[in-house]
Amino acid sequence: MVEFFTTTNLGIFLLIVLQSLAVVVPLLVALAFLLWGDRKIWAAVQLRKGPNVVGAFGLMQSFADFLKYVLKEIVVPAGADRFVFFLAPMLSLTLAMTAWAVIPFNDGWVVADLNVAILFVFAVSSLEVYGVIMGGWASNSKYPFLGSLRSAAQMISYEVSIGLIIIGVVISTGSLNFGDIVMAQDGAGLFSWYWLPHFPMVFLFLISSLAETNRPPFDLPEAESELVAGYQVEYSSTPFLLFMVGEYVAIVLMCTLISLLFFGGWLSPIKALPDGIFWLLIKIVFFFFVFSMVKAITPRYRYDQLMRIGWKVFLPLSLAWVVLVAFFAQYGLFWGAYARWTVGG
Amino acid sequence: MEELLREYLPIIVFMGLAILIGLVFIIAAALLAVRNPDPEKLSAYECGFNAFDDARMKFDVRFYLVSILFIIFDLEIAFLFPWAVAFKDVGVIGFWSMMVFLAVLTIGFAYEWKKGALEWE
Repeated sequence: MVEFFTTTNLGIFLLIVLQSLAVVVPLLVALAFLLWGDRKIWAAVQLRKGPNVVGAFGLMQSFADFLKYVLKEIVVPAGADRFVFFLAPMLSLTLAMTAWAVIPFNDGWVVADLNVAILFVFAVSSLEVYGVIMGGWASNSKYPFLGSLRSAAQMISYEVSIGLIIIGVVISTGSLNFGDIVMAQDGAGLFSWYWLPHFPMVFLFLISSLAETNRPPFDLPEAESELVAGYQVEYSSTPFLLFMVGEYVAIVLMCTLISLLFFGGWLSPIKALPDGIFWLLIKIVFFFFVFSMVKAITPRYRYDQLMRIGWKVFLPLSLAWVVLVAFFAQYGLFWGAYARWTVGG
Repeated sequence: MEELLREYLPIIVFMGLAILIGLVFIIAAALLAVRNPDPEKLSAYECGFNAFDDARMKFDVRFYLVSILFIIFDLEIAFLFPWAVAFKDVGVIGFWSMMVFLAVLTIGFAYEWKKGALEWE
């Protein structure tokens, strides 16, 4: 039996499918509860109860919503490009999900152990802008069109600073593999993780990922007061659901990236405690909570402010940080905190 | 199975799964939900007005400018990735040549800034 799964082609393929399902299914189920948690958190901040009817504490709310989405009519606007109209939400979801193939959950627990994992995630999340711009264009309606233009400009602007921040971490590690990056942070627990040497970049990464995933305070594409719902205006039923699931998958992916790059992934904060997947899950949920709280307590940004902060503050800062980290690593400053090469070192 | 295929096949499987999920969702709604289109429902949404004209209109040139700037900087990042991975191996020469490259790029960036390419009034 074991031989079948490790030696024959069909066995290996089946094994990969099973492994992928073991990531995708828990991810989607967790997403249902994270969505519920998200709504409960905003409700609590606004002194409301939030969803509390379906199931105990409203826990089943997302499943009820899912059923409702499926039972709604798909409205395709008369002037829309039908093929692109349906392709856009599919692309959004597919790209957001594909990035999860390279995410490790524990030492060696990874479906696709690429040596270019970060580059892959970066490339795939760059492509996500296509889902938005295609959705806006295909609808052939003014609000989606303007919303998708704004959204595309916003996403690509913050893509640049995210890329530069990742470069800083890669210089310190000398590897693009997530496993290597996490293992480079192994040592004295909490204080040997990259958040300490890369301290300012943690905040930049967090804010950039908010902008990258179109979350408030940077939800300009969906600014209800001016663009109604941006590129999603003409979408209804499950195509809309696909956009929303894609967006949340991307948000959880960003939370995971922060945990892996700066907060030691599955490593335990106290050396005496064992490492394990639960540490990673705790960190992901924590960062999701932060994302949620940011949505609950910050007012929306103005578009020109958003672009200014992206190009005139984040880009110079992250570029300068790359140069600084390169100097620190090259000349071995700060007790080698910036030069922990795990490969070829 | 070949090592390369073993590493990259999961990505294709993942894509396949995601496409499958998406298709199932869309087809489920297409089969289960009522379909009752009428011209008013299918017209483009414009806050209650009839749509004035085609939505594929002229838009601000600054969106182009932003995407051009993005290409430049994303290309720069694409150059930085291999350099960062081989940071140890490229040594002092590699380090300083990248610093020169970044300096040239920074001059270009300062020029754009000065020219007002980054202004959104």
